[in-house]
Amino acid sequence: MFVINYQTQRSFTNKLMVFLCGLAAVIAFVPLVSLLVYVVSQGYQQFKPAFFFNLPQAVGVPGGGMANAILGTLTLILIASVVGLPIGIFAGVYLAEFGKKGKFAWLVRFVADVLSGVPSIVTGIVAYTVIVKPMGNFSALAGGCALGFMMIPIVTRTTEELVKLIPHSLREASWALGIPQWKTVLSIVIRTAKNGILTGVLLSIARVAGETAPLLFTSFNNQFWPRTINEPTASLTVQVYTYAISPFDDWRQQAWTGALVLLLIVLAVNVFAKMFFKTGRGVLR
Amino acid sequence: MIDEAIQKEKVEKVKMETTKTSGESMKLVIPRAEAEMSNVAQKTKMKIEGVCAWFGDKQALFDVNMNVHEKEVTAIIGPSGCGKSTLIRCFNRMHETVPTARFAGDIMLEDKSIFDPRIDPVVVRRRIGMVFQKPTPFPTLSIYENVIVGLKLNGVRDKKVLDQAVESSLRKAALWEEVKDSLYKPGAALSGGQQQRLCIARALAVELEVLLMDEPCSALDPISTSKVEELIHELRQNYTIVIVTHNMQQAARVSQKTAFMLSGKLIEYDATEKVFTNPSNKLTEDYITGRFG
Amino acid sequence: MNVLNEQDSVVNGGAVKPALPFFLFGKFKEVGFGDKLFRGITGFFAFLILVLALLTFLALWVNSGPCLKAMGWKFLISSEWDPIKEHFGAVPFVYGTLVSSFLALLIATPLGLGISLFLTELAPLNLRTPVAFIVDILAAIPSVVYGLWGMFVLAPIMQAYVNPVMVKLIGGPFFVTTSIGLSFFTAGVILSIMILPTIIVISREVFEAVPNVYRESAKALGATDWETIQLSVLKPSKPGVVGAIMLGLGRALGETMAVTMVIGNMAQVTPNLLAPGHSMASVIANEFTEATGDVYLAALSEIGLLLMVITLVLNIAAHLLVWFTTRNYGRA
Repeated sequence: MFVINYQTQRSFTNKLMVFLCGLAAVIAFVPLVSLLVYVVSQGYQQFKPAFFFNLPQAVGVPGGGMANAILGTLTLILIASVVGLPIGIFAGVYLAEFGKKGKFAWLVRFVADVLSGVPSIVTGIVAYTVIVKPMGNFSALAGGCALGFMMIPIVTRTTEELVKLIPHSLREASWALGIPQWKTVLSIVIRTAKNGILTGVLLSIARVAGETAPLLFTSFNNQFWPRTINEPTASLTVQVYTYAISPFDDWRQQAWTGALVLLLIVLAVNVFAKMFFKTGRGVLR
Repeated sequence: MIDEAIQKEKVEKVKMETTKTSGESMKLVIPRAEAEMSNVAQKTKMKIEGVCAWFGDKQALFDVNMNVHEKEVTAIIGPSGCGKSTLIRCFNRMHETVPTARFAGDIMLEDKSIFDPRIDPVVVRRRIGMVFQKPTPFPTLSIYENVIVGLKLNGVRDKKVLDQAVESSLRKAALWEEVKDSLYKPGAALSGGQQQRLCIARALAVELEVLLMDEPCSALDPISTSKVEELIHELRQNYTIVIVTHNMQQAARVSQKTAFMLSGKLIEYDATEKVFTNPSNKLTEDYITGRFG
Repeated sequence: MNVLNEQDSVVNGGAVKPALPFFLFGKFKEVGFGDKLFRGITGFFAFLILVLALLTFLALWVNSGPCLKAMGWKFLISSEWDPIKEHFGAVPFVYGTLVSSFLALLIATPLGLGISLFLTELAPLNLRTPVAFIVDILAAIPSVVYGLWGMFVLAPIMQAYVNPVMVKLIGGPFFVTTSIGLSFFTAGVILSIMILPTIIVISREVFEAVPNVYRESAKALGATDWETIQLSVLKPSKPGVVGAIMLGLGRALGETMAVTMVIGNMAQVTPNLLAPGHSMASVIANEFTEATGDVYLAALSEIGLLLMVITLVLNIAAHLLVWFTTRNYGRA
């Protein structure tokens, strides 16, 4: 009698735990759906050409947009890429090609992993200290650098992982032909891994495009078109934040639209990067 | 719970001699049976009827029919990919744990279908146990804890009962003498052969009737292998054993019945002696003599 | 002319591994100039990463100088944040960061592990891809968008439906009714959503490192699905799971925008979770551009330094745990 009860208890516990795990998945689903629904339904209202082409207007004046912010974000991403990508990719290549043993490579890898966990606002303070303070003004350069600093650890690790995936036999075949290692890596290995590397780059761009905190005191904000990189620059994220915490309904409405645009950009780049990786993967074989 | 009584059989032990040949020789050594099999009508332990199995769209087993007899060692041989592992994994309903698996046909354990919807697969696996190719003692558990895993799952808590179970299972697995002083050391600290015998002890500790062995010796060195084979000899007196092996000599050494499979089909199933000396099917003969595989 | 010896191609691409840590030295006799240059250049860029780390530390340290001098140890124990009197105490912010982060962990850990197990062990194959996809999207949403939704949707819902329930269920001193939904509690909830992907992804990595044979062994002994998970997956993965949780905590500690938009931005230490609070990251975000005077700015930098040290220690410990677990299975 006792045994039978225990068996049914086991069966029940099993069913219960399986159910709870499934329930967890559903619970995670709920806030996401809510968020997407709100962003789309609220943001849609101002989702007009005016938003994309006009400068911000004073409160109450119709026809305001975030054109300069969108442009600013693109500028910042460009600067970030110039700062972050060369360092990230070359460091990643170094780790993959020369970094199998040795304390130096281990240290670089370890530091890169740890750096990727540094809060973004701290990176902002670093960029502030290194660029804004000496130059005396907020600038797109500073903001781009902050974002670039954030990109470096991510790009380094993904590049390393991908270059390591290239089978050694490919390199050996190249050396056997008398091609020196540096040429092998540059023309053959990287060319084969370029899809994967590009995916890593795109993912880091998507991550960085959504950042706000480091920009708050590096690129700051600006109500006008960007002219040089050495002046405060608007960005989509900062603008959304500024409007969101403002007391004006009109601006808050635009904040939703800004959020929608931001979300679309970030998700599009993410999806594109992942698809790209899947289709380009065949080359790695 | 654990049946320790040894039933006297009317069967005389079959003495098998194998001359050891070195490595690659294609010549198969045939065991010389000195006594016949039992006169007593052999009781069928498991009936396998019309078994077909799929992994997704790929069919792995095509209409397999065979009877496994009680207290006997049945070997299943065949080249890689012929479906032998898939077949025995159907015997204890492990096949269905693979996400895309499908199954058709029926398997009876003593006249009751193991696929009866009223039966929980968990119960089936207590009566039909399995030992895998790679010895898998749970790494975070001690030897003692490894052996009683099955018992604990079934709610046995009494320490005396557990102690007794550990000793008897390890004795049955011919491991007791070697580990009795280090029962609380981690299971993973043993050698490969010892680990495999530990896994056998673990399987025996529950109310096992049929023991399935999926290439149990392929990861072991020759000395451990012969120890495990000796063990199978002893276990045969109390349990029904089905062993999958790619080593024909091993099949000849340990089994009474042999089944030859090829590409998911059961080609021949007969007494071991007959299969190895005078197979009815040409394919079997080709495989035995090493023309392929 | 580069002539590569046969041995060189086997020994790590023609470059013999030097014993010294410096990448520019070592036995380079057999290697051509092009290779040396390549190794030097790429090594230089790798070195820059170390420079970046050093720079981060230095920048924060130097910036915090005036405050370190002015406040000394009092910074860490004072609850008073008064820019006018130039008296700065970090306690309310540390409190807020820790409270909201631990709340987030409390909610996200069971949810995250449950989903992780669902993805690796339990779900039928056709459900795994959509759920994994949802997790990816959750991870990709920018912080400020979470904050926006948190301010205008989550906070009112919390205030209207959830908070009264908590007050009834648990009550004081942890849940005392307040007038708005901006609070430690709301911050904790939104952080839990944000760190969910981190916990899921890392614990998945740990669970998937368990060789399948162990699951099958448990099943073959007659264990149910849940028992199999406990026996073969959860038990040996404990350190790795702890690592995943720690990494989630690290992410929560550093989160800025979403927190600042829902926590209420009031520097106070109170056990009432429904009260507004502040966090280290949010005070920096709010006040950095308004800071007048060297000491004020330095105080904010010092908070940044504190934040960085905490997340650093946590991240290092977590990585070691995860690394230790996933590689252990190679031996067994």
